[in-house]
Amino acid sequence: MKLEINGEMRCVKASATVRELLENLDIKPDRVAVELNRRIVKRQDWDRAALQELDKIEIVQFVGGG
Amino acid sequence: MIDDGLVLAGRTLRSRLIVGTGKYSSFALMREALEKSGADMVTVAVRRINISDRSRESLLDYIDTSRFTLLPNTAGCYNAADAIRTAQLGREAGLSDWVKLEVIGDEKTLFPDTEGLLEATRVLVKEGFIVLPYTNDDPIMARKLQDAGAAAVMPLGAPIGSGIGIQNPANILIIRETITVPVIVDAGVGTASDAAVAMELGCDGVLMNTAIAGAHDPVRMAEAMNYAVRAGRLAFLAGRIPRKLYASASSPLEGILR
Repeated sequence: MKLEINGEMRCVKASATVRELLENLDIKPDRVAVELNRRIVKRQDWDRAALQELDKIEIVQFVGGG
Repeated sequence: MIDDGLVLAGRTLRSRLIVGTGKYSSFALMREALEKSGADMVTVAVRRINISDRSRESLLDYIDTSRFTLLPNTAGCYNAADAIRTAQLGREAGLSDWVKLEVIGDEKTLFPDTEGLLEATRVLVKEGFIVLPYTNDDPIMARKLQDAGAAAVMPLGAPIGSGIGIQNPANILIIRETITVPVIVDAGVGTASDAAVAMELGCDGVLMNTAIAGAHDPVRMAEAMNYAVRAGRLAFLAGRIPRKLYASASSPLEGILR
């Protein structure tokens, strides 16, 4: 399916939910936050957040900073 | 000093030094420096994951989160909306309400956009965040941030990464005298004496990143800063002698050989 992930249009393995998408992208769920169409999806809702073609997703993590 | 911790929003940190995790040449070096600094709290930035390259090392593999508290920042945000969004994402990622709030006004100086900062502080405080705003050395702004519910105010000593030390100690002193929440000098520290000066002015803590990460020997500088913050704090608590224009002899005048 086609999704805009972190600003780039990508073709990914069909993922029904945010949880599935993270698994398909091989992203560990620790210390990661997800936005779906500009709304934060809480961790406990990852299993229920359904994805549709062309959804906009942001996946962020902590990096070094001052 | 066991009873002299830094109390922020009801939590006591033993160390009055908060350090950043950016700009290190390697994660391993960062880990050593963090250890030597004695800090209990470290700042981190919130950024997009690299989807294509999953092999890269992760910062958090090198930070013992049972030892260090993570303080997400909103670095790179130039307006309140972006800062609020970043803070919310940081909260979700870190599962903590703490945020070092930055709303930047200008790329060259990285000085805060105080209007946006105040707006974002108000919104985030309402949403239950513990907000530590990076601000300028304007005492009026500091008071507004305190009134808005900030858990501390963090005036810059000088531009981020400039290393020139506190440029306006008089203002920092005024801020310390008029503000009741903790005052933490954030930005501009270059070497140990700069950190000691901040503490001697009566500030509650110092936050730095470049001064350590950019030093020739970051691990050594981290140790220096550890001592500097403690020395400055001790000196402040000891109550310094007054400044005098003229001399006042240290040895007695009585019994001088003639």
